[in-house]
Amino acid sequence: MNSASGSGNNGAGKKASPDGELSERLDKLGRNLEEQGRGSPKQHQPSSSSATGGYAQAMKISSEFIAGIIVGGGIGWVFDLWLATKPFGLIVFLLLGFVAGILNVLRATGRVAEPGQPKKPDAGNEK
Amino acid sequence: MANDPIHQFQINQLLPIDVGGVDFSFTNSSLFMVLTVAATAAFLIFSTSGRGLVPGRWQSVSEMSYEFVASTLRSAAGTEGMRFFPLVFSLFMFVLVANLFGLFPYFFTVTSHIIVTFALALLVISTVIIYGFMRNGVSFLKLFIPSGVPGLLIPLVTLIEIISFLSRPISLSVRLFANMLAGHITLKVFAGFVVSLSAYGAVGVVGAVLPMVMTVAITALEFLVAFLQAYVFTVLTCMYLNDAIHPSH
Repeated sequence: MNSASGSGNNGAGKKASPDGELSERLDKLGRNLEEQGRGSPKQHQPSSSSATGGYAQAMKISSEFIAGIIVGGGIGWVFDLWLATKPFGLIVFLLLGFVAGILNVLRATGRVAEPGQPKKPDAGNEK
Repeated sequence: MANDPIHQFQINQLLPIDVGGVDFSFTNSSLFMVLTVAATAAFLIFSTSGRGLVPGRWQSVSEMSYEFVASTLRSAAGTEGMRFFPLVFSLFMFVLVANLFGLFPYFFTVTSHIIVTFALALLVISTVIIYGFMRNGVSFLKLFIPSGVPGLLIPLVTLIEIISFLSRPISLSVRLFANMLAGHITLKVFAGFVVSLSAYGAVGVVGAVLPMVMTVAITALEFLVAFLQAYVFTVLTCMYLNDAIHPSH
């Protein structure tokens, strides 16, 4: 879609002054950036400075990871308590808790799509 | 005791109330919750009483807080999410004002106790679950079944998604509580260095300048953290509410 409209615009822009062409290209770049920005996760906090932004990010990611493990371990413990399957429930659910913790972290950093939103094809590519 | 950094989190009974063996005492924590709510309500009632077309200083602050929460909610959960605006706005104001109150010397920080933040997170997550089932019925459970997963893996992935969902209130509450607790302890420890260093005569007083500078810097950082954590709490609340409104994949 971009190439079709872009080439038409460029053809028209060549006749105009070089300033017009430049603004045309800037507009296009702005639109492209906007489109790409829409794909990024909305969860970003306002990073006022790099140091405090990193601190907030560290708190956020660690709490996501720990919460997954705590919930997994808790479910396993209750599971064992009710069904007398000690220690297998704890083992299995603790492992699942680790997996869920990793999933939480990946979601928090925007590398896996949020459950509510459709998966973006380029979400996993960004390093 | 004066140098005990944990002392500030102690709960004291101000008005012992005992109902059928259950402790319902009015504590310093309750006092500051009441103060938080009273301050928020007083601020909003006072600032919106003028209703000027051109807002004054106070009115523009309350309008800014409204706009801020409303735009956060709208961008995360869409226009439909605006029906939760009262809840989200109350949560934001409560957490923000409680965080800021905690920065006054000798004030109790309500949000530095995990039971308070966990209660708030449970409120959010139970709203999500109840509203999700009310609105979508059983199809709300689709939230736990990601699309495009091979049939063999569905039970495992669903289990992981459920654990991930259940971990949300915990991560939400732990984040707020840990930030406030850690910040206040750090502040207290550095401030304690000032006192204990200055006990060593002139050299100590000169040396005490360093932790003093740190204390000032951390106080500034704590103001930022107080706001940031209230914002993060609000944003995540909005995202979870979005799941309740649009659970489809």
